[in-house]
Amino acid sequence: MTDARHAPGRGLRLYALLAYAYLYGPIAILVVYSFNQSKFGVAWTGFTLEWYAALWDDRFVREAARNTLIVAAASTALSTVIGTAAAVGLQRYRFPARRLTEASLYVPVVIPEVVMGIAMLAFFAQAFAWLNDALGFGWRLGLATITIAHVAFSVPFVTLTVRARLAGFDRRLEEAAMDLGADEWRTFTRVTLPLILPGVVAGALLAFTLSLDDYIITLFTAGPGSTTLPLRVYAMLRQAVTPKVNALSTLWVAVVFAALLLAQWVGRPPRAVAA
Amino acid sequence: MSHVAVEVRDALKVYQSPGGGTVTAVDHVSLAIADGEFFALLGPSGCGKSTLLRMLAGFERPTAGEILIHGRVMGATPPYQRPVNMVFQSYALFPHLTVRQNVAFGLEMARRPAAEIRARVDEALAMVRLPDVADRKPGQLSGGQQQRVALARALVNRPEVLLLDEPLGALDLKLRKEMQLELKALQKQVGITFVYVTHDQEEALSMSDRIAVMDRGRLLQVDAPAVVYERPTCRFVADFIGEANFLEGTVTALGADFGTVAVDGADLALAGLPQGGLTVGQRVTYSVRPEKILARTAPPAPAPAVNCVPAEVEDVAYIGSDTRIVVRVGPRLALSVWEQNDLSTLDPDAYFSRGERVWLTWRAANALLLGA
Repeated sequence: MTDARHAPGRGLRLYALLAYAYLYGPIAILVVYSFNQSKFGVAWTGFTLEWYAALWDDRFVREAARNTLIVAAASTALSTVIGTAAAVGLQRYRFPARRLTEASLYVPVVIPEVVMGIAMLAFFAQAFAWLNDALGFGWRLGLATITIAHVAFSVPFVTLTVRARLAGFDRRLEEAAMDLGADEWRTFTRVTLPLILPGVVAGALLAFTLSLDDYIITLFTAGPGSTTLPLRVYAMLRQAVTPKVNALSTLWVAVVFAALLLAQWVGRPPRAVAA
Repeated sequence: MSHVAVEVRDALKVYQSPGGGTVTAVDHVSLAIADGEFFALLGPSGCGKSTLLRMLAGFERPTAGEILIHGRVMGATPPYQRPVNMVFQSYALFPHLTVRQNVAFGLEMARRPAAEIRARVDEALAMVRLPDVADRKPGQLSGGQQQRVALARALVNRPEVLLLDEPLGALDLKLRKEMQLELKALQKQVGITFVYVTHDQEEALSMSDRIAVMDRGRLLQVDAPAVVYERPTCRFVADFIGEANFLEGTVTALGADFGTVAVDGADLALAGLPQGGLTVGQRVTYSVRPEKILARTAPPAPAPAVNCVPAEVEDVAYIGSDTRIVVRVGPRLALSVWEQNDLSTLDPDAYFSRGERVWLTWRAANALLLGA
C-alpha cells in the first residue's frame, strides 16, 4: 500500500517509545514477575507456573472470579439492552426535557465513584428497610445489588457508544422496511439492530470491562459472600504482595485487553467498498 | 382504466415549525388517480409533492382529509399494512443484505413460501435486467444498478400502487434519459399505477399520462402533459413548465376579436383574448411561449392589424437546434423568442444581429390569457 503520509521522524519515534514504556512498563514488569520463582524481592531466580497453579488452588480466588463473571455478565446484558434503548430513543424522539434527560444520563460518567458508591449504599439501605419491613422480605446486599450498581454506571457508556453509531443512520432504511411490510419490531430486529450492532457490541464489551475491574462502587454494594476479584485482590495485598497477585493480575489484564481489542475491532468504521 | 386507484380527499398537512408557527405543507388537495395510470406530481422543492407521496405511503398522517386506495379509507393504517410500495430517492437499500435479500425482504415479511420467494426474486431481477448481481451487496453496485434493485424490491411485492420519490434524481443525465424510457416501458408491462414525484418538468412531460402541478402546498392543475404545456391555467404553471413570456397590462379598448392592452407604455393590439368577460380598465396577463413567436427582420406585408409587435434584438444565442433571441419591446418589457435554425442561418444578412429591428408575430390560438 502506498501512502502519501510521511513516516515519523527519529525524535517522534523515540517519544512514542517512551510514552508506551511509561504506559505499559509497569504492566510488563508485573507480567514478568508472575513467572518468577522467587517468592520475595525483585531478583529473577527462574521461570515457573507455580503461582498460576496456586491461584487455581485458592478457593477464595475461584469464588471471587466466579462472582465477578456473574456480575459482569448480568450487568453487561442489562446495561446493553437499557443503554441501546436509551440511545435509539434519544436519537429518534423529540420530547420535552430531552436535553435534560440526555445530560442526566451522563452524570454517572463524571460523578466521583466514591459519591456514587455511597449513594448506592444509602439507596439500598433505605429501599431494603422499607421493602423488608412492609413485605417481609429478607433482602440484603449481595451479587444482585452489585449488579444493579454496575448497570447504573455502565448504561451511559453503552448509550454513548451506540449513539455514535446511530449518528450516521439513515432513517429511510427503517421507512423502507416498514414500507415492505415489516412492523416496528421486525424493522428493529431486521434492519436497525444489524446496522448498529457494531456499536452495541462495542458498548457491551466496554460495560463488561468496566464491571470486571470496578472496586470502589462494588465495595459499597457488596455483602457477605459476594466478594469480587478486585475486592479479593485488595484483601490479598493487605497481607503481602505475592507473585500470586501478579499471576492473577496478568490473567486479568489479558482478559480486559482482549475485550478492548475486540471492542475496537467490532466498532471500527465500516470498510469502504469500491463502487 | 376507469377504476380509481388512489383518491385524495381534501388532504391537509400542517407542521409545527420550530419557531412556534405553522407550515402548511399540503393545502387542501383533492385528486383521483386512475387504475394503471402513470401519474406525476410535479413542482419545485418544498411544494408539498413529497409530503403528499409520504401520506400515500403512510409515513405521514394528514392533519385533515382522507386518503383512499382502491376505495379503502387508509386513515391510521401503518405503512406495513398498505397495498403500496415505495422507491426512495436515495434508494434506501439495506446495506447489510445482499441484492437477493433486499428484493426478498417484502415477500419474507409477507411470509411467502421460500420456493415462491426465490422464483419471484429471480423474476423481478430479470425484469430490471440485473440477473447477475443477486449475491452482491448494494455498496458494490453502481448508482444505476442500485436504482434497478430498488425498483425490483418494490415491484416484486406486486403493489396496487407504486410510489416513486424522484427515483432518477441521483443519476447522471444520460442514464436518467435511459431509465425514463425503461421505467415507462416497465409500467406498461406490469400495469401497476405509478405515482411519480419529480421536480424535472421534462421527466414529467415525457413519462406521465397526467401531471399534477403543485406549488406551496396547493394543487394548481391536473391534466395531460400536452394540456399542461399548451393550456396552463395559471401563471405559475406556464412559468414552471417550459418557458413563457408574460405581457402584463391594462385593457384600453376591446374590438370584435381582439383588444388593445397597454403594456409598458405601449398600446399593443392583441388577438387571442377570450370573448366576453373582459372590461376596459382590467389588469390582464397575456402569455405566449418563445417558440411560438415568429421574428422577421423585415416588416410583414401586408402588416397584420393584431399580434404584430416591433422590437429590437438585444441578445442572440445560437444553440444548434434553434437560435434564442432576447428582444426589447419597451423599457421594462423584453421577450424571449426561439427561432428554429435552417441553412439560412449561415447567411449573415438573413441572421439576427444585435441592435437590429425585428417584427414579432404569433397566431392567436397560441396565446393565453392567464389569471394572476
